[in-house]
Amino acid sequence: MRGWLAWLYLLCATACAEPERWLPLAQVQSGLAFAGRDVKAMQADVNANPAQLWLAQGRTLWDTPAGAAQRSCSSCHGEPTRLRGVAPRYPRLQAGTGRLINLEDQVRHCVSERQQAAAPAFESDPLLALTALLTQASDGLPLQTDADPALQAHRQAGAEIYQRRQGQLNLACTHCHDRHWGQRFWTDALSQGQPNAYPLYRLEWQRLGSLERRLRSCYVGIRAEPPPLGDLALRQLSLYLNWRAEGLAIEAPAVRK
Amino acid sequence: MAGARLLLPARLTLGEVVQVRLLIQHDMETGYRQDMDGRVIPRNVIHLVRCELDGVEVFRAEASSGIAANPYFEFPVRITQAGVWLVQWEDDAGVKGELRQPMKPG
Repeated sequence: MRGWLAWLYLLCATACAEPERWLPLAQVQSGLAFAGRDVKAMQADVNANPAQLWLAQGRTLWDTPAGAAQRSCSSCHGEPTRLRGVAPRYPRLQAGTGRLINLEDQVRHCVSERQQAAAPAFESDPLLALTALLTQASDGLPLQTDADPALQAHRQAGAEIYQRRQGQLNLACTHCHDRHWGQRFWTDALSQGQPNAYPLYRLEWQRLGSLERRLRSCYVGIRAEPPPLGDLALRQLSLYLNWRAEGLAIEAPAVRK
Repeated sequence: MAGARLLLPARLTLGEVVQVRLLIQHDMETGYRQDMDGRVIPRNVIHLVRCELDGVEVFRAEASSGIAANPYFEFPVRITQAGVWLVQWEDDAGVKGELRQPMKPG
């Protein structure tokens, strides 16, 4: 009897163990692959792509001295292209404090600490314009996450959120984006929920929006209470999404429905 | 912040008809939405867009509630000489915007 139980346990441990990646890296696809023909055309056309308006604004802000320090982004960093390779590495741990921060947090930190100006609010035009500019500087580069153990703990926390059922619909992210991507959800194709193109222009929002905003609208979609803007849970979740999409190329400026 | 982009083909030939493309950044509040307290958010859309080429009006659009946010306009113009484009727009809140862009056919 005991031998039979041990055998059953072994069978379960091997067969029922969760795979490390529900979505194999070889199958990872950008959200653009699930977009309609018109959205693809809008993104591809440099002139019709409305995200260009924010990029132009970001470029102006980049060179404009501001705050008590009367410094601009370019006085420290030079051209935005010099920061190629920076965007795909966020969220990451902030040097010194060890906090998990995303690109938006870093820009706000720079504005308040280096320029000594009021940090732009989350989802405000100036913040989106600057993060879009920095993301565009890394266009085509693969997403990557550091192997830092402290970061892995956050990634694990993000993975738990991703797998946890929540909201009135009692769904987890994984149910749609790992197991049913490519299938129809009303009129839309379900995407894999990849973070590689944010901040992007979403036609539903009629403006640019960050990954954080997109995640919050997923919470609303499953009738769960969204975490507040700037919440650690959203940072952990986007870290997990980055890890899940490792190698997927940054795509900016992007448009989605 | 309202910006705009006026786009012309990279190569312009005199006498040729070209497609001019215009993108304007604006939220375009329809006037049908309510805020969290149930008060109607007043309509604020760009109700007039004008494009001049060297002082001659070549395009005018009078928009209303149905206009998309960050609208995209495209219109044909015959290029007869070098000149300066002037794009002007005004929204319901009385905010005016302007874009000047020189053009040189080659």
